[in-house]
Amino acid sequence: MSTTTHPTYYVPHSSPWPIIGAVGLFTLMLGGATLLNGGHATLLYIGLAILITMMFGWFGNVIHESRSGLYSEQMDRSFRWGMGWFIFSEVMFFAAFFGALLYAREFALPWLDGTSSSKPMVHDLLWPHFEDSWPTNGPGRVGGHFEPMSAWGLPALNTLILLSSGATVTWAHWGLLKDNRRQLCLGLAATVLLGFTFVVLQAVEYSHAMHEMNLTLGSGIYGSTFYMLTGFHGAHVTIGAIILLVMLLRSLAGHFTPHNHFGFEAAAWYWHFVDVVWLGLFVFVYWL
Amino acid sequence: MSTTADQIAPAHDEHHAPRGLLRWLTTTNHKEIGTLYLVFSLTMFFVGGTMALIIRAELFQPGLQIVEPYFFNQMTTMHALVMIFGAVMPAFVGLANWLIPMMIGAPDMALPRMNNWSFWIMPFAFTLLLSTLFMDGGGPAGGWTLYPPLSLQTGAAFPFVILAIHMMGVSSVMGAINVIATILNLRAPGMTLMRMPLFVWTWLITAYLLIAVMPVLAGAVTMLLTDKYFGTSFFNAAGGGDPVMFQHIFWFFGHPEVYIMILPAFGIVSQIIPTFARKPLFGYASMVYATASIAFLSFIVWGHHMFTVGMPLAGELFFMYATMLIAVPTGVKVFNWMATMWRGSMTFETPMLFAVAFVVLFTIGGFSGLMLAIAPADFQYQDTYFVVAHFHYVLVPGAVFSIMAATYYWLPKWTGHMYDEKLGRLHFWCSAIGVNVLFFPQHFLGLAGMPRRIPDYALQFAGFNMISSIGAFLFGLSQLIFLWVVIKCIRGGEPAPAKPWEGAHGLEWTLPSPAPLHTFQTPPQIDPSEAHG
Repeated sequence: MSTTTHPTYYVPHSSPWPIIGAVGLFTLMLGGATLLNGGHATLLYIGLAILITMMFGWFGNVIHESRSGLYSEQMDRSFRWGMGWFIFSEVMFFAAFFGALLYAREFALPWLDGTSSSKPMVHDLLWPHFEDSWPTNGPGRVGGHFEPMSAWGLPALNTLILLSSGATVTWAHWGLLKDNRRQLCLGLAATVLLGFTFVVLQAVEYSHAMHEMNLTLGSGIYGSTFYMLTGFHGAHVTIGAIILLVMLLRSLAGHFTPHNHFGFEAAAWYWHFVDVVWLGLFVFVYWL
Repeated sequence: MSTTADQIAPAHDEHHAPRGLLRWLTTTNHKEIGTLYLVFSLTMFFVGGTMALIIRAELFQPGLQIVEPYFFNQMTTMHALVMIFGAVMPAFVGLANWLIPMMIGAPDMALPRMNNWSFWIMPFAFTLLLSTLFMDGGGPAGGWTLYPPLSLQTGAAFPFVILAIHMMGVSSVMGAINVIATILNLRAPGMTLMRMPLFVWTWLITAYLLIAVMPVLAGAVTMLLTDKYFGTSFFNAAGGGDPVMFQHIFWFFGHPEVYIMILPAFGIVSQIIPTFARKPLFGYASMVYATASIAFLSFIVWGHHMFTVGMPLAGELFFMYATMLIAVPTGVKVFNWMATMWRGSMTFETPMLFAVAFVVLFTIGGFSGLMLAIAPADFQYQDTYFVVAHFHYVLVPGAVFSIMAATYYWLPKWTGHMYDEKLGRLHFWCSAIGVNVLFFPQHFLGLAGMPRRIPDYALQFAGFNMISSIGAFLFGLSQLIFLWVVIKCIRGGEPAPAKPWEGAHGLEWTLPSPAPLHTFQTPPQIDPSEAHG
């Protein structure tokens, strides 16, 4: 079999984790739908617990196989393609919400305002007094008066934090490539710290917005786009920071070599992705 | 490709594999997962088909006789969701699983465990979706497009539907990532991109479309969910949003989705026609470029689904011309299939019958699509049975016929037995006649002004509706023949040789029939003259 120059591509025999994951996802969704219909959240938590168990088991298998030398360079490329296209799918998920923001500002609001020539009737018949100015909660003043979020307070600080964390994770990567474990661990620790600081500051900002600025999910199109975009981004930062934390723990446990560390790189790719999304958010949600 | 015996791995790990149900639940083998996908798809085809027959039974005569109007609306909505996400898409993923590794000389899919997860999410997603039919207030009834504000009036079923769609999306994206990673990374040495069989090419491009647009659908339905439960105003004009915005985001997903359901069909037909015409595919490179062009255009034509909703004139014109442009690469494909058959030494076994019918009937659907693309004319056709006739022509004798053609073509490879050719041909003729009796009169109904998604109609539409319903039952019942042929072929039959079709080319035919569980663990050498037939 192994007389050729091509090493065998590792195909796992069978695995209980995917079906456990499917059951977990089903339970999570069932719990979510029950909760939205006014029921209990029990199933939601059970589903979450099953999914977390699955991740420990599944990723544990992959780490073990990788450290046992079962993976070839070809396998490594499969992981790279997989992660790359997964990030592309995430980009398209955010694109839907950025699209909603731009559509509302460029089309929906000018039409409601009546200044755009193509649909004056909406303005004339429904809300003749509405004048478009961003930020807005629409002609119905949905959610009542609110204050918009300024870009130059916490958000600017958060931009600085996230950009620095991009630098520290790269510094950690350089350390790994030089087999300087101290630099790797320090860089990762700094990145994780910056990541969670960002999340905490976001939470402070949300609390301030909700309690003192009357800015909620219900504050018309501004509140909707603000919270959905920053909320999904915040969730991704949280996940990314947890992934990096796992990478830090693995680094401390002596995992990764200068030649074999795709787990680390995938985490770094993901981190750069949430970084870039944030830049888009800073410009289009906070600033312009 | 010289030999096969040394390319087939010894079944050394077979005795480690769990048996019975557990084997299917935990399998990482692309052939077993492919089979699971195909069985699931066939099941959903019958579930969705039953819903279609309920619709056609109600429309057999004017008046309300069999079901409540609200239940009728649930049937039209669920029929679409089940057929699109449950029948057609999983069938293509199942075919991709079975065939792509064998066609490119790979040992399996690139990420075998994720492959299992992609599949097993599907039955759970459909449990969630179909369970809504038994809830208070019933299932979703506002159409599969879920337009707000109507869809936001759905009762307890709403979060179940949305979260089921999320699960299907997760499954599709993971399946597509697996296909791309397999094709880009696991090709045998010598299997360059431009030597890949066309089925592999079309799936590569389809997978790209899936990864690009399924997350957009996820975003759109998430906004629906937050509008209903968390007070957001995405689709509420009073809050500065716009219900039409949903349609834009939805159709940005929806139009590429249409091609997700037809590009693999193009690939299948491009495999089958050369085999039975005993000639290489005409214009291989132009087929690849045409597929890529269609995929690119699919991103910039979504507005043609909403010509009458209100759009600036420049938008109407842009979407009209961009849509009509699609006829060019599609025309290239139809031309190439015809040129492949031209002066070929043709025989008409069941796969070829379905493939030829595909070319003719899909082209009819393409032409009615061209009629719908003309914005001023579309103002007349919008929301009529003409639209129903159009997309059923591209989806049923288009996508579904290609799946049946593929099943007959590769069934000997999968089962090791020849299917019953006589029954296969009977199935074809019943289906081909049934599908035309079913859908052709719907063009006339639509042009005469019969609206779609309505359980009752004016008396002047009675004749054609009756014919259409008769066709529906003929088509629906003939699928039982298909079921019988497949079961019979699995259970036994004349043993199939490694290459049951005289004119077939490609790596999968170098393997014995049935294909062993593990193949190409050592990559084969590709002989350039053998590539893509």
